[in-house]
Amino acid sequence: MLLSLLQLAAFLILPPLLLGIVNRVKSVAGGRTGPPLLQPYLDLRRLLAKGAVYSRTTTWVFRAGPVIGLAAVATAGLLMAFGGAPSLLSFTGDFVLFAYLLGLARFFTALAALDTGSSFEGMGAAREVTFASLAEPALFLCLVVLARATGALSLSQMLGEGLAGAWRSDGPALLLAALALFVVALAENSRIPVDDPNTHLELTMIHEVMVLDHSGPDFAFILYGASLKLFLFGALVVRLALGFRFPGPWTAFAAFLAGMAGFAVLVGLVESAMARLRLSRVPQMLVGASVLSVFALVLLLR
Amino acid sequence: MARWTDMVFVLVVVLDFFVLASSRLQAAIRAVAAQGALLALLPLILATGESDVTHVALLAVGALLVKGVAIPWMMAWATREAAIRREVEPIVGFVPSLVLGAAGVALAFAFASELPLPTGGKHMLLVPTSLSTVWTGLLLVVSRRKAVAQVLGFLILENGVFVFGVLLGDFMPVMVEAGVLLDLFAAVFVMGIVMFHINREFSSLDTGKLSALKD
Repeated sequence: MLLSLLQLAAFLILPPLLLGIVNRVKSVAGGRTGPPLLQPYLDLRRLLAKGAVYSRTTTWVFRAGPVIGLAAVATAGLLMAFGGAPSLLSFTGDFVLFAYLLGLARFFTALAALDTGSSFEGMGAAREVTFASLAEPALFLCLVVLARATGALSLSQMLGEGLAGAWRSDGPALLLAALALFVVALAENSRIPVDDPNTHLELTMIHEVMVLDHSGPDFAFILYGASLKLFLFGALVVRLALGFRFPGPWTAFAAFLAGMAGFAVLVGLVESAMARLRLSRVPQMLVGASVLSVFALVLLLR
Repeated sequence: MARWTDMVFVLVVVLDFFVLASSRLQAAIRAVAAQGALLALLPLILATGESDVTHVALLAVGALLVKGVAIPWMMAWATREAAIRREVEPIVGFVPSLVLGAAGVALAFAFASELPLPTGGKHMLLVPTSLSTVWTGLLLVVSRRKAVAQVLGFLILENGVFVFGVLLGDFMPVMVEAGVLLDLFAAVFVMGIVMFHINREFSSLDTGKLSALKD
């Protein structure tokens, strides 16, 4: 129980640091010193101290968007097992709730973007939803592969003890699933091959467009929610990749944290090495991820 | 050990997907080369105690040299010499061809165990991998517009046939296999010359222009 609470605390506190590591790796790979590791926390504090500006065309939907988005992602974190101890909330089939809590967050972000009445934000919302609809099958197929390989239907069991045995019997399938999940993580968190989190150019933006009209605390909620989401997807990938047995729950948790740092470095390296894909090529990449996970499922079902 | 053998088969199929999805000619050529090199491992991995050592070694080295080195090098040379544009230009788009490929692979893996083959006891993934690679090659040959991409499809198809040949490896004399490899080499050679001529005649490798010929 203590470890479970500690994990929840880590989930709530560490995500901005993850972003800090990604940014630092990108700077170092680009030959710059880069912002301090804790810069995302300072950004959040600065934004929280500011006041918010609301346009007269917006309604309550616009104000509810960031709050519901953050709440949904944080609730999804309750279902996730971060290594060592089971999750705080777990029941049969909770991975469906996990996926759709993330879907709910996206739905309200898109709705809030449409509520501003700006055609530009509507375009961003359309792009985000299009790509999400292609990423979702891949995510579900990966989760089904996990469920099939471990024979469990709740996230903390799917990513728990059964995984070590599953790696031994169905290693190739799980490796493919981990690869597909990494692609989905990059797409869902609008990282580089799909979207560039740094640009504010009209034609390249997907996620950043939708939040242009938010300011102050609302924007802080959105940034924090986005980092929580990155942490969640990273946790999925890392738990799947570190699927061997650890001597104790505390070592498992320490290995998980080290794995998350590794995940951040990997994301940073991918962002430094790759260019953004053309918008028309993004669906191709996501369908490719789905095809990989279908293949993993076929290997398991054979 | 069994897991690593599985991994080779899985990688062969993943490379099939990669070639179906890649729009860059150079990347596709490299993927086909990697697939050829992986296939050279198969006779070594699947060799049992009773198989002939020189036979197996000859097969592996021959496959590596022809499929992994010589043919990809020739393809790269041909694309460079003919100054071919880098894009593949499919008739069927990348996403539909990926989905078709995935469907074929799923069917191959679902029904391969139903086939009444006289040689049991070999690796379980051998037949489905072979069938899905042949299917991918076929798909590439019919759905790409550029002659180079079609030749790549033919190479992948032949890779599938090679995987199937490993199944029969114990019965096949060395000379037959050498003949197959030589045939392939000659075929690619001829295709290279044909490609060169198409390019010189039309200053493009678009095979669509060939069907527009009138006397």
